[in-house]
Amino acid sequence: MSYERDDANSINRQSFIELDARERAKALFDVGTSRELLGPFDRVESPWLSMQGVTPQADDGCVVMKGKISGQAAVVVALEGAFQGGSMGEVSGAKLTAALDLACADNEKGVPTSAVMLLETGGVRLQEANLGLAAIAEIMASILALRKHAPVISVTAGTVGCFGGMSLAAGLSSYIVLTREARLGLNGPEVIEQESGVDEFDSSDRALIWAIHGGEQRYATGLADALVEDDTQQLADVVRQLIAKGVPPVHRSSQVALYRGRIAALDTSRQWEPRELRATWGTSSSVEEKP
Amino acid sequence: MSEHTGIRGTVWFRALTGQAYPMSGDPDSVLTADALLGEDISRFLCVVRNPHARFPCARDGQVGLEEAYTLATRVREIIEQDKNAIKRPIIAIVDVKSQAYGRREETAAIFLAAAAAADAYGTARLAGHPVITLVVGHALSGGFLTHGYQANRILAFDDDGVMIHAMHKEAAARITRRSVESLEKLGETISPLSYDIRDYAKLGLLHKLLHVDSPDNPSQQEIQHVRDELIAAIEDARNSPVDLSNRLQSKEARETRKASILTRSMLEAQWADEQAN
Repeated sequence: MSYERDDANSINRQSFIELDARERAKALFDVGTSRELLGPFDRVESPWLSMQGVTPQADDGCVVMKGKISGQAAVVVALEGAFQGGSMGEVSGAKLTAALDLACADNEKGVPTSAVMLLETGGVRLQEANLGLAAIAEIMASILALRKHAPVISVTAGTVGCFGGMSLAAGLSSYIVLTREARLGLNGPEVIEQESGVDEFDSSDRALIWAIHGGEQRYATGLADALVEDDTQQLADVVRQLIAKGVPPVHRSSQVALYRGRIAALDTSRQWEPRELRATWGTSSSVEEKP
Repeated sequence: MSEHTGIRGTVWFRALTGQAYPMSGDPDSVLTADALLGEDISRFLCVVRNPHARFPCARDGQVGLEEAYTLATRVREIIEQDKNAIKRPIIAIVDVKSQAYGRREETAAIFLAAAAAADAYGTARLAGHPVITLVVGHALSGGFLTHGYQANRILAFDDDGVMIHAMHKEAAARITRRSVESLEKLGETISPLSYDIRDYAKLGLLHKLLHVDSPDNPSQQEIQHVRDELIAAIEDARNSPVDLSNRLQSKEARETRKASILTRSMLEAQWADEQAN
């Protein structure tokens, strides 16, 4: 599903990107049903940051809320891009994993519970290095367990984007929702330039970055299930629709033969103009119809 | 020593399976074999260097698009074959430099390829296949998330050539604006930052550290020792839950990952509270 820009309505539109993680999470629930778990007053902070001279945050940049979406139980976990780039540390990672596991346990007890992850993150928090990487592996395992029972929806709105190990978490999701201001990829442009040289990727080339990682391209190549405007109401509506669709018959990350075939068909002797891929990949692998 | 030599994957794959070839139709960078381990025919997988890889940024032991989808294919093959049978063990031998850093990779969604491989390993584990990872060299970053980190049990050699980390030293130093020396110094007191496998073991994520005197050229005795440990790990995995809860239960995890354990228990209590309302 893709949504056109509606300039007449843009004045009444509430930007989702301008909201902080807590407001973003709250905006997705039925009014008056959400409650934050392990909030800032519980003060479960990163034990690793202060010993490196970095001020920790009382919620470790990760907001967990439980409530109802369309009358059904749901948990929303929002990463705060403004704190350490939304990076995953020991505590923020454990919050996300635990929320997914508790949702999974509720499903197993017969209480349908979906999960929404609001991913604004550069991946592993380097001050917590190996515990961040381990946390991401555990988040991935928990997504795999939960998505058998209920949809796990990833939303990246911007402006941080979703990179590093957390892009794999997005890849494992039942559905991916992006805005045009969102970026999604494993390696960011600076990292590629550093590791493989400026000829491989010129990180100052903004147009190239958006052409590859941008939400519009990811949607046009069938790698996202919905492309939405930066509009809180529209985004909440799309999340409702995807929850209503339930668990997809086959998850994108399980469609190995399809994607392996697509990779085999690529001419690797040259760099591509990213738009070239739209023609062959554009027929979305998901069950979504295009407008 | 921390250079990625890229030879150990092949050495140990051959030592444990008696051969070192890709399967028909697969790139040369992914070795797959079915070989006897104790009483089980286990599937062994390893990503190795391939200087002739189609993708230029995946020629030096990195896990790229083709490697990830090949791993996913070969793991899913076993899940499918064992649908109504005893779930065979899957052994991931790990010596990966990193994920592939390239423009082609990003354009063709390496994030999804990596997720597909992790999906296959995780799905195998949830289906009851014992998935055992043996880290013989480097296990870095997205490369490890793709190949190895979804295992029930992780074994690693107690050796200076073994490194498990989120980012290689030079890049981590640059990004955190530290010198490599000060990063190494920090790792001595802050174990998650350390590049030393013995410090990694303090995090409680490993099932076991295995001592091997000559990991580049192992003796028959050393191979037998590793084989016995793999068999024991398979047995242990078969008698345990299929999730990753063991990574929080070890003696080391109860010490180093206290914050994770506290987070989980507090969140669980508040979650249940809400249901009582």
